[in-house]
Amino acid sequence: MSIERRQFAAFSRLLHWTMAVMVLTMLCIGVAMVASLANYHMLVSIHRPLGIAILTLVVIRFVNRLLNRPPPFPATMARAERLAATTSELTMYGLMFVLPLVGWGMLSAGRYPIVLYGSLHLPFILPHNAMLHAVLRKTHTILAYLFFLMFIAHFGAVLFHTLIVRDGILKRMAPWNIRPREAPSTE
Amino acid sequence: MSNNTTAPAQAGQPGLGKASTLARFALIGVALAAVAGTFAYFGGWFTPNDLTPARFTDGFEQVDGVHPGFRRNHAKGAAVSGFFESNGNGVRLSKAAVFRPGRVPVIGRFSLSGGQPYVADQPDTVRGLGLQFSLPDGELWRTAMVNLPVFPFSTPAAFYEHMIALKPDPSTGKPDPANMKAFLERHPETVQALTVIKGQPFSSGFGNSTFHGLNAFRFTISAGDSIPVRWLLTPEQPFEAAPSPQPLSPAAGERGRGEGARTASAPQDKNYLFYALIAQIHGQPLRWRLIVIIGQPADPTNDASIAWPEGREQVDVGTLTLDQVDSDDTSAARDINFDPLVLPAGIAPSDDPLLSARSAVYSRSFTRRAGETKQPGAITPADVRKGD
Repeated sequence: MSIERRQFAAFSRLLHWTMAVMVLTMLCIGVAMVASLANYHMLVSIHRPLGIAILTLVVIRFVNRLLNRPPPFPATMARAERLAATTSELTMYGLMFVLPLVGWGMLSAGRYPIVLYGSLHLPFILPHNAMLHAVLRKTHTILAYLFFLMFIAHFGAVLFHTLIVRDGILKRMAPWNIRPREAPSTE
Repeated sequence: MSNNTTAPAQAGQPGLGKASTLARFALIGVALAAVAGTFAYFGGWFTPNDLTPARFTDGFEQVDGVHPGFRRNHAKGAAVSGFFESNGNGVRLSKAAVFRPGRVPVIGRFSLSGGQPYVADQPDTVRGLGLQFSLPDGELWRTAMVNLPVFPFSTPAAFYEHMIALKPDPSTGKPDPANMKAFLERHPETVQALTVIKGQPFSSGFGNSTFHGLNAFRFTISAGDSIPVRWLLTPEQPFEAAPSPQPLSPAAGERGRGEGARTASAPQDKNYLFYALIAQIHGQPLRWRLIVIIGQPADPTNDASIAWPEGREQVDVGTLTLDQVDSDDTSAARDINFDPLVLPAGIAPSDDPLLSARSAVYSRSFTRRAGETKQPGAITPADVRKGD
């Protein structure tokens, strides 16, 4: 019982770290491919299916989030800080969902095939419309930079709590299981 | 365990000294800067002089000006449509569905190289043909071809360098010939390619032009089993040589500015190539054979400036029929990016560095023009209806 309350569920932690790697890879590929001639095609060929994988996983993760409540915030976090943490969590969930969807939409409007593997490809979800492509393309970039800023804020906040406040906040999301605390004798 | 998660931090937690706190803040700062720096590195912020898709596209705009809504290269064009009828000969070469016997719809666009949408047709301007084959299962195959037997450049950097060498000098309004001379001295492969190009005189119009895919690709039948190929479209319309001036002057290159060749008599109408195309298609459908050239293992696949040796096996895989012509203004082709790396399963890129660069720059050009207000093109819907 005390394990459950101190840490996110094991599946939640698995999703968190898997998607953390995927999202960071995705952001780096995205910013690199638009600046690259030689590696553009290779990077784009990873970017598209990886984005769809993130879109699929975030749906699973959202359902999981509803089923598995997170452990309580440490007592070191003030009300405003908790609100900020909750808002940023919600924003990142939103971005993990909307960014791939905007990508899919912009490629649909520009009639770029979204090839997953071999001849397996996604259908177009928007009509062929150049201006729509341009607007969504710009939106995709802006949201991606916003996501990177959200990540920096998230990473900074965790470091702050871990190194300065020292409230062991990272243990909530540690990939390994934290041993339960010695239960007080009254329990 | 001193710092458990649910107890207040101040309980039983020894305070940090001032120096220790500062050091820890510094550590946090370094960690965040490292992450941001890595991101910036991938984005090319530390290498601002690298040739990027954006800079490449800027190059077209510097040389030809910005013409909102138009392609940054091959700006002037007209749309066509029809079908490709596969004869089944390609099935043994590639598993791509397009090579199974039968018809697939095709939409395409004839164009002139260069970024000026209202430029006058010239017999020696490089002609382009972009095609999109719509495969039965929803896959798309796009190819962007030109009427040159080889490409004058083997790397994206050389293409860019050549383009900038052609930039008009502000004082004379013409490119400085010294720049071109210097370019050709640095790029013997271009000199060699231009010799090959000059050996194949231009035809009189779009309809009797041979269009080459230029880059090598790989056909795959099953995983791990691929062969190097090139492809071209040979016209069924009989060859007739272009009026002089022709062929390309040495300075022309892919972008087809026949400097020095411009003085000779050019046909009267500034849209004569397109008007002839329209009249021909209204008369009867235009047809090309799609020929696949099978490379040998030793043939270079990474250099579009070199033709493969004579005598390579050539397979006629089917017939392209174009029976409709349309203005850019009213055709879906205007908003198609004829990205040569939109490929179905069964056709894969080769190691030619031009391919990824073409894909990247076409995409950047497409994104720019997609967001701009469209202007009517040189070839109007009324032009297309004429003689219908």
